[in-house]
Amino acid sequence: MSSAGYAAMAGGNSFWEKLKSWTPIFVIAPAVVASFVYVFVFSGWTMYISLSDSTLLPTYGFKGLENYASLWANRRWGVAYSNLFFFSGIFVLTTMAVGLLLALLLDQKIRAESFWRTMYMYPLAVSFIVTGTVWQWLYNPTGGIQFLVQSMGWTDFEFALTTDRKNAIWAIIITGIWQSAGFTMALFLAGLRSVDGDIIKAASIDGASTFRIYRKVILPSITPIFLAVAVVQLQSAIKTFDLAVALTNSGPGISTTFPATYVYDLMFQRGQIGEGAAAAMMILAALAVVLVPYSMYLGWRRRREVARV
Amino acid sequence: MSDATLSSAPALDLEAGRAGRRHLISRIVIYGLLTFFGIIYLMPLWVVFFNSFRPLAEISANGLIAFPQTFRLDAWPQAWSEFCIGGQCAGMQRYFWNSIMMVVPATIISTAMGAITGYVLSKWKFRGSEIIFGMMLLGVFMPGQIALLPWAFILGKIGLANSVYGLVLVHCIQGLAFTTLFCRNYFVGIPDDLVKAARIDGAGFWRIFYRIILPISPPILIVTVIWQFTGIWNEYLFGVVLNSGANQPITAALVALSMSGTTVRTYDVMSAAVLIGALPPLLVYFFGGKYFVRGLTQGAIK
Repeated sequence: MSSAGYAAMAGGNSFWEKLKSWTPIFVIAPAVVASFVYVFVFSGWTMYISLSDSTLLPTYGFKGLENYASLWANRRWGVAYSNLFFFSGIFVLTTMAVGLLLALLLDQKIRAESFWRTMYMYPLAVSFIVTGTVWQWLYNPTGGIQFLVQSMGWTDFEFALTTDRKNAIWAIIITGIWQSAGFTMALFLAGLRSVDGDIIKAASIDGASTFRIYRKVILPSITPIFLAVAVVQLQSAIKTFDLAVALTNSGPGISTTFPATYVYDLMFQRGQIGEGAAAAMMILAALAVVLVPYSMYLGWRRRREVARV
Repeated sequence: MSDATLSSAPALDLEAGRAGRRHLISRIVIYGLLTFFGIIYLMPLWVVFFNSFRPLAEISANGLIAFPQTFRLDAWPQAWSEFCIGGQCAGMQRYFWNSIMMVVPATIISTAMGAITGYVLSKWKFRGSEIIFGMMLLGVFMPGQIALLPWAFILGKIGLANSVYGLVLVHCIQGLAFTTLFCRNYFVGIPDDLVKAARIDGAGFWRIFYRIILPISPPILIVTVIWQFTGIWNEYLFGVVLNSGANQPITAALVALSMSGTTVRTYDVMSAAVLIGALPPLLVYFFGGKYFVRGLTQGAIK
């Protein structure tokens, strides 16, 4: 029942009663207004700046799509989005594969499960900045992994990702996977545990092997989770920023530029606010390309479920 | 013929033995893989922890990944109060306190606002409240880059540019989408009849909130507080863009530290500094792990 309806039921016609019935609306008004400003006004503002002639400071002379044109003509932006495609593809698939493997291992009635789980998930509590800083040391050829393996006798071993233009992106990929495979593991594990135990029991009484039960019964019933995990990982890949800053700072050269690091660079290092805003809008567009179809799919599935019931 | 009947018992045994062996092998594979990943996961923590106690000379000689041969505490006080970052030689403490001053109020305010907003959007629905909820949810996906220029402009106008309080404001509003989502989804599970009965008894908006909703909310409030605390503590983009110098949070200071172009990298002190920056969220994780994981999975699946 609506709050106004309750006031009527209480028989309150006085001004005070009426005011009281509006309490919920008054109470959430600040939060709603703030969210509205944040979601719509901020993105509208940035969009406007992306169409303006802003350089060092925001100005409001209209320039049309020129900023977008010069952004897409820029070689560095080309590097940034091809990096994003390469990184996203490998990052999403590998975090899902490793996360699923870990979840399946943890699902085998192992001892001290929470100990193992805690170990794989602690990176999620610390920042990409901390992770990136420490991994940057590990990639350091004169003290990190390369040094360790060489000092153990394999003197030709080479593992100097962060100083190598061609392979520096792998440093970000590996660290990204290390940081967030525990997250996909948690989601998959929650999914595995949510499968109806009776179905599994029935299948094992029928003589199906554990492998077969996973392949034919459990994994098919958690397909929505695969999709959810893929979407969450993809949207976090699109936002990649901290890790690239802490690990390689977009280098060597411009080889590990990402859209998000390039936005920062344009806005605050080169004083090209208009073009930076255009790049930020492109990130928003990429997120929309992922999230809009997904939320439409979720809505469709919910309606279908309701119809079925 | 009789042979076959006689040998049936040993054959069964053999089969059981084979199954047992197969079971043993699969256990070895499972624990072997778990340990393999465990080593990969612990190695960076191990490196940064031990190196904070090793002298720099030993690190340069034996590499970063090695067992400590000597043990000393010098790096910690240096990292805390003496280390130079960007020309200021006062260590991490300044930035640590900046982060505390930012994270504590921002966590409390955004959680309180989320709880009340979630309460209204689940128990005092009105026409349009679902649309409002949907709009607030969009905030979950907004990339920070979109908000940078507007925030810089607004904070400048209201006199909070380059201030920790400015970051408090930013994180309160940034976090609102998450805190509202968490609380609203939890409150939806509270039976409406409970609220209805209280209303009939004459309880008002606030009374129901304090007497009925809050007493059963600690689980979701803990999840929300942990989510906000770790998220805000670990945030970097706003900290580095909106604040500078001595007003930056600890994440920005860590980046400045590892990029400061000194010829010799003081890995011992830097390790201690990194641990100082990582410790608060790690402690939260180790003591509230269950709630932390619940937040992660709920935040993802919605």
